[in-house]
Amino acid sequence: MTAIKAQEVVRSTCPYCGVGCQVDLFIKDEKIFKVEAPFEVAPNFGRLCVKGRFGFDFVHHPSRLTRPLIRKNIGESPRKAVGMEGFRPASWEEALELAAEKLSAVAQQHGGDAIGTFCSAKASNEDNYLFQKFVRGVLKTNNVDHCARLCHAASVAGLTIAIGSSAMSNSIAEMKNLEVFIVTGSNTSETHPVISTFLREAVVKNGAKLIVIDPRGIEMTQYATHWLQQKSGTDVAVFQAMAHTIVTEKLYNASFVEQRVENFETYSASLEGCTPEWAEKISGVPAEKIRDAARLYANAGSAAIYWGMGISQSVHGTDNAISLANLALLCGHLGRPGTGLNPLRGQNNVQGCSDSGGLPNVFPGYQSVTDPGTRNKFEAAWHGELNPDAGLTTMEMVDAAEADSIKAFFIMGENPMMSEPDLRHARHVMESLEFVLVQDIFFNETGEYADIIFPAASFAEKDGTFTNSDRRVQLIRPAVPAPGEARPDWEILCDLAKRVEKKIGGPHSAGFEFTSPAEVWDEMAGLTPPFQGITHDRILLEHGVHWPCPTPDHPGTPYLFEESFPSGKGHLTPLEYNPSAELPDDQYPFMLSTGRVLYHWHGGTLTRRSKLDDIYPNPTVEIHPQDAEKLGVTAGEWIKLRSRRGEIRVKSLVTERSPVGMVFIPFHFAEAAANELTLDARDPKAKIPDYKVCAVSVEKI
Amino acid sequence: MSNNGNTINITINGNTLSVPTGITLMEAIALAQEDVPVICYHEATTSEGLCRQCVVEVEGWRILAPACITPVSEGMVLETDSERVTRARRTILEMLAATTDLSHAPDLQAQMHTYNADPHRFPDAVARAPDLVDDNPFFVRDYAKCVMCWRCVQACGEDLQFTYALSTGGRGYHSKISTFFDSPMPETTCVFCGNCVAVCPTDALRSKTELLMEQGLDYDQIRYKKRKAQKDLDAGGRTQ
Repeated sequence: MTAIKAQEVVRSTCPYCGVGCQVDLFIKDEKIFKVEAPFEVAPNFGRLCVKGRFGFDFVHHPSRLTRPLIRKNIGESPRKAVGMEGFRPASWEEALELAAEKLSAVAQQHGGDAIGTFCSAKASNEDNYLFQKFVRGVLKTNNVDHCARLCHAASVAGLTIAIGSSAMSNSIAEMKNLEVFIVTGSNTSETHPVISTFLREAVVKNGAKLIVIDPRGIEMTQYATHWLQQKSGTDVAVFQAMAHTIVTEKLYNASFVEQRVENFETYSASLEGCTPEWAEKISGVPAEKIRDAARLYANAGSAAIYWGMGISQSVHGTDNAISLANLALLCGHLGRPGTGLNPLRGQNNVQGCSDSGGLPNVFPGYQSVTDPGTRNKFEAAWHGELNPDAGLTTMEMVDAAEADSIKAFFIMGENPMMSEPDLRHARHVMESLEFVLVQDIFFNETGEYADIIFPAASFAEKDGTFTNSDRRVQLIRPAVPAPGEARPDWEILCDLAKRVEKKIGGPHSAGFEFTSPAEVWDEMAGLTPPFQGITHDRILLEHGVHWPCPTPDHPGTPYLFEESFPSGKGHLTPLEYNPSAELPDDQYPFMLSTGRVLYHWHGGTLTRRSKLDDIYPNPTVEIHPQDAEKLGVTAGEWIKLRSRRGEIRVKSLVTERSPVGMVFIPFHFAEAAANELTLDARDPKAKIPDYKVCAVSVEKI
Repeated sequence: MSNNGNTINITINGNTLSVPTGITLMEAIALAQEDVPVICYHEATTSEGLCRQCVVEVEGWRILAPACITPVSEGMVLETDSERVTRARRTILEMLAATTDLSHAPDLQAQMHTYNADPHRFPDAVARAPDLVDDNPFFVRDYAKCVMCWRCVQACGEDLQFTYALSTGGRGYHSKISTFFDSPMPETTCVFCGNCVAVCPTDALRSKTELLMEQGLDYDQIRYKKRKAQKDLDAGGRTQ
């Protein structure tokens, strides 16, 4: 038998995590049969993980949405979740017209603010730009948000307070040359597998010293010089104690602090009492280990910090991020290669979705909607008045729907019915809405509540750009045709917007006549100074460009803050340690943490429809052997987890990865959704829910 | 390519040129816009000089020099295509063809043609024909096609992935690439990144989807086959 010959090889960007690996899709008979990666191109230089190399079969899954769908009993209240059988196929004409009619009716009766919208960290920059342009420019509301709220909102809030910018400060390409680095709240080898290979390379080949600060014995601990195993939710105490060591032992970078940092006196005074011994009592990390880690970090020539959801998905997520920023500011580990504050972004385009204005308080490029000058610029470009008030965040929209001030949802490429905390509550809210419009590539848990569903093209079927975790804007390209009548998001949005404008619009259209995503990008870049030097053609030539890139001859910016911070001086912020919202008690004696595994992706919409599901088919719970023995639980046994909110059945995975008294479950499995258990307690500043700490009981079935 | 700013002169196929010190013969040959064939060499993995297909003749040297790992030195005179070199390359290809299934190695087939290699020159050679190893959902291992280039071992180890699931085992004719204790892939440290599959020059490692599509199955049939296999497994009493 001879080898299959590719009829076409198409360069694109991996649709899974925020690393943004460049991939070559090998196509035969309109199917992807193989995926490779170019060895000479950043950010992955030929490396891929199992999802990127073998997980693209979801594109060809028979359950892809291929026709617009309309709920058979549309208008019936309360709305109940229905399967595909509750929908009838419709023409694009009918579905678009009906959706436009419903949205217009809500906007005209109750005002645009009665509509809540979710754009997508999985869709392209161009899709998201058009989405928020439609929402802001036509529906006249700023109620637009996306799942970044549920992942790095706290990192954004914390870093904004500390330095005035929230993106990952340094690039992936710098990683293999690191000297000292901290990984905290990130199971990097499973959540950002390709980044973890560069971090391991730094340790193995460059002799870098790694400090892991994490409650779980994740794989990265095997490469660590120091592993600080804190109790869940006690991060601030550990970081404060590190700062205490750095200040009392005078290990900080005095000239950096003097030139580029403010509030040092107040801050250092606030650390009194935050001794490593104090932190040991709270976190369980031996004081000497905290001192050693602080000395290693502070004394390094350059040192970087990488973190993930373990830091941000917490009721004190903002404080966590601030406490990390405090360390970097004290030691001057910012603005040089191999340093920085680096929140690792979870989704392929979560950076880009935020950059493109998918947030309730900012236009593209983080330009404030409440700033009159900025608003004037966008009003002139979009030919109409804009709403001057910031909109609601994802969970605030759910709350507003419950309070009946939001009547309709428009959800593009997100699955809030898997990703929101406390799902029972969220379901109740979905039932009470007047109208729900969903646009997706699959029918998922959120689609069950839709009135109308638009079938969208996947990443492999359209043009556009994704922006990865290190702010690198990269291209996706059409490699295979979209199934059935599915269409690219940007096209659907333009058609919908034009129809809604006809019904409620003013004298001038905001502008939805585009012939390609490249044109959409150009319009956004024209309004967004950090993107002005980037075009699709330039990305094609250079494989990717790191923003900020203000002019065509600007090379792009792999690492930020060389000269100054967006806020001028970096700000050291005093903090107080507070315990978590819900802690184990007699009735619910285990601490529950949630997260991800290598073989699955977020709500599982993609990976559960891939051969990735073959190797990890069941929902699991990590439980320590001592706890398992006490409860009489054997490895592989199905057991029940119960919290005050709900219960799920999962298969036990008896392992020392999770410490005694703690259990860990991945959140990918709809049949055992982790968020049935989690609580809706939020960080007061970032409004991010705490997915990492709640109390559960473990019971044999 | 390391370069402390110094250059040296070498002669390649009669042309003298100045090249940076510290580079390999292969890099120098590329600078001279000449070419050598390779089997085990890959841009992303460490060169070990295993296959000897990139050998060149160096004036005054008793043996042929593997270009991928030999550093340049002042005054070297190279022949990249001499009779001695082509004979060596032809013999390597003939020995490989006698023992290994090269049907999925278009580059090696092209080399066979270029060097006029006779695949039947060693009629008494015993071809290696171990069973195809199909032990995971993502890729198969067909060691009948393996030319022992070590690229996969290096990709799994310290050239790309730092996972160390693959290693070399056995001696001489029985030497082979395997996992520790020959364990099935899911029982090793393997994370199925497939970086080994990407660097394999002969399809000894290859994506299962690609293999099944080559057998004429489409995506839906592959899924059906998988579900059926799972059902049979479950019916056989193995619990999930």
